[in-house]
Amino acid sequence: MRTTRFVAPAAAGLLAVAGLTGCGGGDDADAPAGGPIAVKATDSACEVGSTEIDAGQVTFKVTNNGSKVNEFYVYAAGDRVMGEVENIAPGLSRELRVELPAGTYETACKPGMSGRGIRGALKVSGTAASVAPDAALAEATASYQRYVRSQTAALLTKTEEFVAAVKGNDVAKAKALYPVARTYWERIEPVAESFGDLDPKIDGREEVVEEGMEFTGFHRIEKDLWTTGDISKDGPIADRLLVDVKAIVAKADAEKLTPLQLANGAKALLDEVASGKITGEEERYSHTDLWDFNANLEGSKAAVAALRPALEQRAPDLVKQLDAEFANVEAALGKHRAGDGWKLHTQLSKTELKVLSDSINALAEPVSKIAAAVAR
Amino acid sequence: MTTPAGGDATSEPNSQQAGRGISRRRAMTLAGVGAAGVGAVAAGAGALIAGGGQASATATAAGAVPFLGEHQAGITTAAQDRLHFVAFDVVTRDRDRLVAMLQEWTAAAARMTAGKDAGLIGAVGGVPEAPPDDTGEALGLPPSQLTVTVGFGPSLFRDAQGRDRFGIADRRPAALADLPHFAGDALKPELSGGDICVQACANDPQVAVHAIRNLARIGMGVVSVRWSQLGFGRTSSTSRDQATPRNLFGFKDGTANLKAEDADLLREQLWVQPGDGPDWMAGGSYLVTRKIRMLIETWDRSPLAEQEAITGRTKGSGAPLGRRDEFDEPDFAAKGDDGEPAIAPTAHVRLAHPDQNGGARLLRRGYNFVDGSDGLGRLDAGLFFIAYQRDPRKQFVPIQTRLARNDAMNEYLRHVSSGLFACPPGVRDAADWWGRALFS
Repeated sequence: MRTTRFVAPAAAGLLAVAGLTGCGGGDDADAPAGGPIAVKATDSACEVGSTEIDAGQVTFKVTNNGSKVNEFYVYAAGDRVMGEVENIAPGLSRELRVELPAGTYETACKPGMSGRGIRGALKVSGTAASVAPDAALAEATASYQRYVRSQTAALLTKTEEFVAAVKGNDVAKAKALYPVARTYWERIEPVAESFGDLDPKIDGREEVVEEGMEFTGFHRIEKDLWTTGDISKDGPIADRLLVDVKAIVAKADAEKLTPLQLANGAKALLDEVASGKITGEEERYSHTDLWDFNANLEGSKAAVAALRPALEQRAPDLVKQLDAEFANVEAALGKHRAGDGWKLHTQLSKTELKVLSDSINALAEPVSKIAAAVAR
Repeated sequence: MTTPAGGDATSEPNSQQAGRGISRRRAMTLAGVGAAGVGAVAAGAGALIAGGGQASATATAAGAVPFLGEHQAGITTAAQDRLHFVAFDVVTRDRDRLVAMLQEWTAAAARMTAGKDAGLIGAVGGVPEAPPDDTGEALGLPPSQLTVTVGFGPSLFRDAQGRDRFGIADRRPAALADLPHFAGDALKPELSGGDICVQACANDPQVAVHAIRNLARIGMGVVSVRWSQLGFGRTSSTSRDQATPRNLFGFKDGTANLKAEDADLLREQLWVQPGDGPDWMAGGSYLVTRKIRMLIETWDRSPLAEQEAITGRTKGSGAPLGRRDEFDEPDFAAKGDDGEPAIAPTAHVRLAHPDQNGGARLLRRGYNFVDGSDGLGRLDAGLFFIAYQRDPRKQFVPIQTRLARNDAMNEYLRHVSSGLFACPPGVRDAADWWGRALFS
């Protein structure tokens, strides 16, 4: 629950973003000749069947042979997500269909769903027209909307698992799932927050509860899990959480975003980190703030990355600065990994928190300039 | 705001940048009539920072102090009423980024001291989608004699791990020697030191805070605020035009201070001379800061005679004990009616006096501070001591050593923060910037 919201700026009319022409979509496109590219994922490897392919619609078939839940990504420069599949349980296969113009990309498996993943190069050759400025902006929103949908799908799955654990009175499992489910929420938080009535029900902290309103959602269960450990009466709260999450997922999936909203959302996510996560306010009972920190950072990066082709045309120096500062924050945060997750906020010294705070501020300044570059 | 790295930035004259800015007053007018594209109107506002020299004594309290000059403004400038002081740690190891920031800082300070916005676009001149490049709280306020003074700490040359991060360790002046531990020091490391300091003084606290806030913002990713201090009520006069103010003990402070009019003494005691050390410091000065907590409540219930004996001056006129007027020279040989020295051996004025310190003097321009209360209901208050000098080893260090050992006032004081900085000479012309000689 925040004060900053993903509001449509009054000046949005400035943007003559033509309809979502050309790129994107593609779900109905014909399957490429030669069939899907097999990806064999394990806990320590990510074998991609073919690393030099032709431009166009590509399908990857990802099989998880490991013991951890996995993810598979295709990234363009700056970790721009071209496509991804989340939540591939051990033993399962899932397909990713993605439209790839000529260029160099990276593939990544993320066993345990964390970190940079196991990366590999992917070269795509063939004909692909260069993208015109307005088309680049249109593609940015289409690309980010694909990202939002992938996150909402995972949010729903993980919330269902979390709710089941709560209702089954399995405290240990609920505690383990709590920061994971929230990861998907935190990545797309500004989108979710644009639906003002639902956000406080799902993500409201205790102090936001007004007279006549019930304290529900993730943080209500967090409090019970980490203070009394008694969740035996939280069944109705958990049910309610799932209903609310389903409602917000439906709305977020239908939401049409503008490039300016992407820019402002990327900034808002970093402001979240700077104001609530760095202080430990957000996860005051579980202290899993660094999970949120990382998710906010990834979400911000995804929005910036979607805008990247447009920014490269409009503000190439800004792109360089953004790359450097994103890398700096990731390096600073990366020191606090713990297994597949993150250290607790309470395990960090004041000095370590200041380093993180400085790096977020250093990143948020250039990110705050994206909107102007997009608007002109 | 860390973009203009590389060659272009060095060749872009600060005065040109400043000239393209827009005065805060003018920005307000334009905003008032609803002009949208203010940025486009800004051209030709005229160079406002031209001219050398230091503060003119005739400038009004709201006027602008010239930014360019042989020495940095804010040292002999007639002490303004308000202070915002900040010490930064440099968090980048990229020398080019540090240099680019110092260039940006110089340009922004030139604009702000002239009463203009920190950035070229300004608080209200840009596109609606972008955050303004000035924070805006000084819109409509006059320059208020803002001065912005920069210094470099020992840790900029070699950090706590001994690293020479920016390839300047061999340029560290010998005079920038770490201060010794003084008897009774209760320094808090998190409130002490720093790689770079910025002293902003103005007659309006909002203007001083505006200056620091905008420089801190420009510096994000390059520097990180380590500690900062607000001050009010100057505790020294640096000009004979100024009356001697009072500190929070209620005593006049700065009676015997070095003054802007003492040209010969300033050469001898204040400004680093060619040959003193590395060339880049010639025309500069060394700055010592000390945050001195005063135990106000216990002082307030000590008898007047004891307060005066501790200080060595009368509380009313500020005259040395045994003399009549404030500016009378203290007579350290004089005896009182009881046959004891009129000015006690442990009196503050005796121990700090140049006659007792081989002629060593300081230019002090400290400020009172009150940081609220301390949770026990005691004022968290005292003196933020600021002293400029030619060589701390010969000036501040021996004086403070003597005071720390013997000063009767120590019973009522706690030194909680300490800083030492080398303040380079003034920004000479449009192509110059803070630290150019050090980094070139």
